[in-house]
Amino acid sequence: MLNASLSELAQALALKQLSSVELTRLFLDRAQRLNRGLNAFVTLDPEASLAQARLADQRIGEGAAQPLTGIPVALKDIFCAKGWLTTCGSKILSNFIAPYDAHVVERLRDAGAVNLGKTNMDEFAMGSSTESSHYGPVANPWDRSAVPGGSSGGSAAVVAGRLAPAALGTDTGGSVRQPAAMCGVCGLKPTYGVVSRYGMVAFASSLDQCGPMAKSAADLALLLSAIAGFDARDSTSLERPGEDYGRDLEHPIDGLRIGLPREFFGAGLAPDVARAVQAAVAEYEKLGCKLVDVSLPQTRLSVPAYYVLAPAEASSNLARFDGARYGYRAPRYDDLRDMYEKTRAQGFGAEVKRRILIGTYVLSHGYYDAYYLQAQKVRRLIAMDFADVFQRCDVIMGPTAPTTAFKLGAKTADPVQMYLNDIYTVPAPLAGIPALSIPCGFGDDNLPVGLQLMGNYFQEARMLGLAHRYQLVTDWHLRMPVGCE
Amino acid sequence: MLLSLDDVRRMAQLARLQINDTEAEQVLAQLRAIFALIDELQAVDTRGVEPMSHAQGAALRLREDRVTELDQHELFQSIAPQAEAGLYLVPKVIE
Repeated sequence: MLNASLSELAQALALKQLSSVELTRLFLDRAQRLNRGLNAFVTLDPEASLAQARLADQRIGEGAAQPLTGIPVALKDIFCAKGWLTTCGSKILSNFIAPYDAHVVERLRDAGAVNLGKTNMDEFAMGSSTESSHYGPVANPWDRSAVPGGSSGGSAAVVAGRLAPAALGTDTGGSVRQPAAMCGVCGLKPTYGVVSRYGMVAFASSLDQCGPMAKSAADLALLLSAIAGFDARDSTSLERPGEDYGRDLEHPIDGLRIGLPREFFGAGLAPDVARAVQAAVAEYEKLGCKLVDVSLPQTRLSVPAYYVLAPAEASSNLARFDGARYGYRAPRYDDLRDMYEKTRAQGFGAEVKRRILIGTYVLSHGYYDAYYLQAQKVRRLIAMDFADVFQRCDVIMGPTAPTTAFKLGAKTADPVQMYLNDIYTVPAPLAGIPALSIPCGFGDDNLPVGLQLMGNYFQEARMLGLAHRYQLVTDWHLRMPVGCE
Repeated sequence: MLLSLDDVRRMAQLARLQINDTEAEQVLAQLRAIFALIDELQAVDTRGVEPMSHAQGAALRLREDRVTELDQHELFQSIAPQAEAGLYLVPKVIE
């Protein structure tokens, strides 16, 4: 049951082998028992979840089930869900009960999925280890002394530990793919604009994208098919017809050209990660794919460009947290300005403040052209690199992260070291292309390694097909951490 | 370009973040290290390159000018730190 795919669960529900209430109880029990050691869920509301499960059972009974009806899905605490505490990992939203549903939450509810609970995350999704959460760090289910990656570390950990069959995360610079890699699960960041950002707390609006996290590529396809689609309430939502993202799962992949960017296999890549990724690439070669040596020369500049653009957009987006309309307000203050300054000083954590200061600086008078505009131009160069490479290959493969999960506390004192960890994940969102991570083995410390696939715009179905083919001949995605069986 | 303590204080003021001297000193050291990384961008030749602000280069959609929102102020103000008679309460700004 714990390793069952979403379609197997749906089938068991359809055949009345179990009810959604039973399935939801099973995962709620596991969540309550295993969360003490993981801190991966920040809010569980069994009453609310079970009420949704009862509705799903009714719907199944009426023969009106859709693929996700009755299936519990955990939500990163960045998504507004009406009546649920939505903290975004921050003290400043510690009392924020969302008065409306995010678009993806609406979509999941319409599909009949059950909201299993809200998962822990880096504060405002700013981090690569889930250690900046106001609600304490999340432990990696594979090694409790290691981080789960971030910022969707809670969502990755609940899928890895089998506390939930699937989860939603968000990816701005790698926040779905990097924790998926470090926890041994699958995670997809869709093409920018494919999934509506309405009701998803904004971090860097030109990069933020919601993405599914699950055990397999086939599960990701089901989730993405449910959440993707046009929404007029997000001005960057693309007007495209809905898609069945599972349509290419059975397509043959022989003859496909896999580009291997040399910049993703150079200095800085840990030898154990390199070995696992190369073994996965060799497996694809056995499946009939062709390997192409390619170059993404601007890769090194993607980290500095990202750490100008993302903080700049964050400093604007986070201006709305002022203690006047919702969320935390400082208990004592002298006047309005003092109320703002104390509320924000007390409500935001250290990493969020650092990024607000960086963003304020690069947007300030006299520095805008030198930093913000220059970073936007470098962003264009990065996107042009990809356009060039996709002339010669169908998909790009490489590592998701330079190392396996590092120890809790190892990088918190040195923000630059933490940022450099994002080197392989920031290029895709800067270009706006889809990218996904799937488990492809283990490193020297027995921690999972992720293989990253990057495709051209709107190539999600083909990429999921490629990932699925690999998962038919390997079982990395079915391995479970000790203590979670 | 080396950031100064005054720069940090000025940014904190602009961003409405109260910051004491110890915090400012700490954050200055971190920001200098981060800007050493960011400054790598300065060496890139970007003459003639169009800045990229959106992945799809999409323009904002226009819609008909009509009211589409329902009045939900009671619901939204029910989670406000202080609200009264449909208004958000903040310290007095005009004497």
